[in-house]
Amino acid sequence: MADLLLRGIKKSYGNVKVLHGIDLDIRAGEFIVFVGPSGCGKSTLLRLIAGLEDITAGTLQIDGQVVNQLAPSKRGIAMVFQSYALYPHMTVYDNMAFGMKLAKGHDKSEIDKRVREAANILQITPYLDRLPKQLSGGQRQRVAIGRAIVRDPKVFLFDEPLSNLDAALRVATRIEINKLHESMPGVTMIYVTHDQVEAMTLADRIVVLNAGRVEQVGPPMELYHNPANLFVARFLGSPSMNTMPCTVVSGGANPVVKPDGCDPIVVQATIPVSAAGAKATFGVRPEDLDISTNGEAIFRGKVDIVEQLGEVTLIYVDVGAPEPIVAKIPNDTVIAKGDTVALTSERRHLQVFDENGIAYPRT
Amino acid sequence: MAVAESLDMPVAKAGSELIRQRVRAAWIFLAPMLVVLAMVAGWPLLRSIYFSFTNASLTNIEGAQWIGFENYLSVTTLKSGRVIYDGLLVDPLWWQSVWNTVRFSVVSVVMETIIGMMVALVLNAEFRGRGIVRAAILIPWAIPTIVSAKMWAWMLNDQFGIINDILLHLGLISTKIAWTANADTAMLAVLVVDIWKTTPFMALLILAGLQMIPGDIYEAAKIDGVHPIKVFWKVTLPLVRPALMVAVIFRMLDALRIFDLIYVLTANNSQTKTMSVFARENLFDFDKFAYGSAASTMLFLILTVITVVYIIVGKVNFEGGR
Ligand SMILES: Nc1ncnc2c1ncn2[C@@H]1O[C@H](COP(=O)(O)OP(=O)(O)OP(=O)(O)O)[C@@H](O)[C@H]1O
Ligand SMILES: [Mg+2]
Repeated sequence: MADLLLRGIKKSYGNVKVLHGIDLDIRAGEFIVFVGPSGCGKSTLLRLIAGLEDITAGTLQIDGQVVNQLAPSKRGIAMVFQSYALYPHMTVYDNMAFGMKLAKGHDKSEIDKRVREAANILQITPYLDRLPKQLSGGQRQRVAIGRAIVRDPKVFLFDEPLSNLDAALRVATRIEINKLHESMPGVTMIYVTHDQVEAMTLADRIVVLNAGRVEQVGPPMELYHNPANLFVARFLGSPSMNTMPCTVVSGGANPVVKPDGCDPIVVQATIPVSAAGAKATFGVRPEDLDISTNGEAIFRGKVDIVEQLGEVTLIYVDVGAPEPIVAKIPNDTVIAKGDTVALTSERRHLQVFDENGIAYPRT
Repeated sequence: MAVAESLDMPVAKAGSELIRQRVRAAWIFLAPMLVVLAMVAGWPLLRSIYFSFTNASLTNIEGAQWIGFENYLSVTTLKSGRVIYDGLLVDPLWWQSVWNTVRFSVVSVVMETIIGMMVALVLNAEFRGRGIVRAAILIPWAIPTIVSAKMWAWMLNDQFGIINDILLHLGLISTKIAWTANADTAMLAVLVVDIWKTTPFMALLILAGLQMIPGDIYEAAKIDGVHPIKVFWKVTLPLVRPALMVAVIFRMLDALRIFDLIYVLTANNSQTKTMSVFARENLFDFDKFAYGSAASTMLFLILTVITVVYIIVGKVNFEGGR
């Protein structure tokens, strides 16, 4: 059982500031996923928690104890690396047993029991005598996870553990990690990824990072439906949310905004009356757009590209804005390049962000 | 089955044709080097071996006559019934130089390996100015042996050498020592100079091996809580071993045939006379050309045996990879 408490965590390498004050409360047993664009500091934050890097400022508490100065091995953590980081000259068994063997106070039978248990959970018992180079990528990854399990940690840290696996294996291993989490209640897991699907499916709560700052923390669907700002709105979801500059026509009850080049629309958001006339950003997710049949429409334009993905079809509609509007429509819709379409959406799906990109809360 | 076979046949043929082409290309590229090697290494080697079975002398090389193993071992039974053994294999001077060479090689290679490993570990760490230090450390290796041997000869000079001067001032010695001439210190002097000169080579080969080790396993070891010294013995050393073994055999071969350094630094000192020096002496100074050839041949044999034994016992892997 381990709560993690991050307070004002900063990290710089020389003059390069990488993290600018991270505050985070992680409850024991939670599955937390860090997501964010490449270079935003996800790995750095994870490595600070692991103790592989020094914390420049701020405090990190695990289980109520400040661990800023504590060696990684004393923090009760285990880490699974993206590159597996297995000892190439040791068998799978020794890879898993190495840490325990060298740490005094474990007798052979205890080590053996733990290694075999972990191997059992991960179904790598047949490979215990092999060297890492004699295993496939997926098997290696499971050995790496097994090595972490053997440490019996309070906190599991994963840095993009699936990114070297192919698509099918990624799904399978993702499900295994999920099961693992369920089989170890009370063990906190912190998982870094830039794969949205992993984030959405694994996380109890997602932490969206951007340029060394936390943009939003919350359960996956909460972040998806109620992004706090434009960054989170655009980052989660694939294809990402359609956004378009707009002007607030009126605030208060039944607020109205006018996307550039379109007709004014009523939205369900709390926009103050004083915001009337202000610049804002209007957003709607591709799957919330439908082809209009009754003439009422938000966007009208010519279909530029039709992408048939199988389960759905994506259409890119040129509405006169620099970026085309993307709509996700049923795969049986008959539509071709060059067709003119009208796109509409239910009012409750529309989002408005103020000049600084902060979302106006939806009602 | 029939269908599969008829489909397979042309594929197999094309494959073997491809391999034949590659083999041909490989031979074409190798041929110039093989020719040059045969001329500059193969031919002299064969000539030396041949001369070692003759009575050739510097003045009479062309008229050399085959005398079999006489140069190696000749057994003469005198009328009195006494048997006299002669030849290289019973020459105490030869065995003295074999012993000198082996002693020199083992000590110098062991020291170079240990110091080279330490230097490599330091150079493998991240620090400011690492590039310059890496280049600077190569300097002793880059200086031609003759030059560095002369330089050290002066530094070790009994009258004017800086080393005596420093040691005197520090009070470590009370009288000046003739380092290179003195029987007790000559080997030490040679060893110091050789270690100074070739440690950089070792360090760089080991460093190359160290850099092949992925950094993340050290982080894994940190999380496993393994003590750094244990990490060295259990992780670094096993992983750098293949590179280390190759570096050691390179150095070992070099050390076993050492000539120039000793020739310049301590010529004529029986304590440091090595096999190569012994061979040269006989070949050119003593006008025992055939006898020197026999010594050269023995040197070649000893080198071969040591190398083969080392490769088999040490399971050296020249093919790289893990
Ligand atoms: N040792 C270092 N010295 C200087 N800057 C560094 C160092 N390590 C990381 N950085 C910088 O810190 C920033 C965050 O790096 P980090 O590895 O945490 O990114 P990330 O979010 O994990 O990205 P990715 O998704 O690509 O793995 C990057 O801009 C990187 O250039
Ligand atoms: Mg990363």
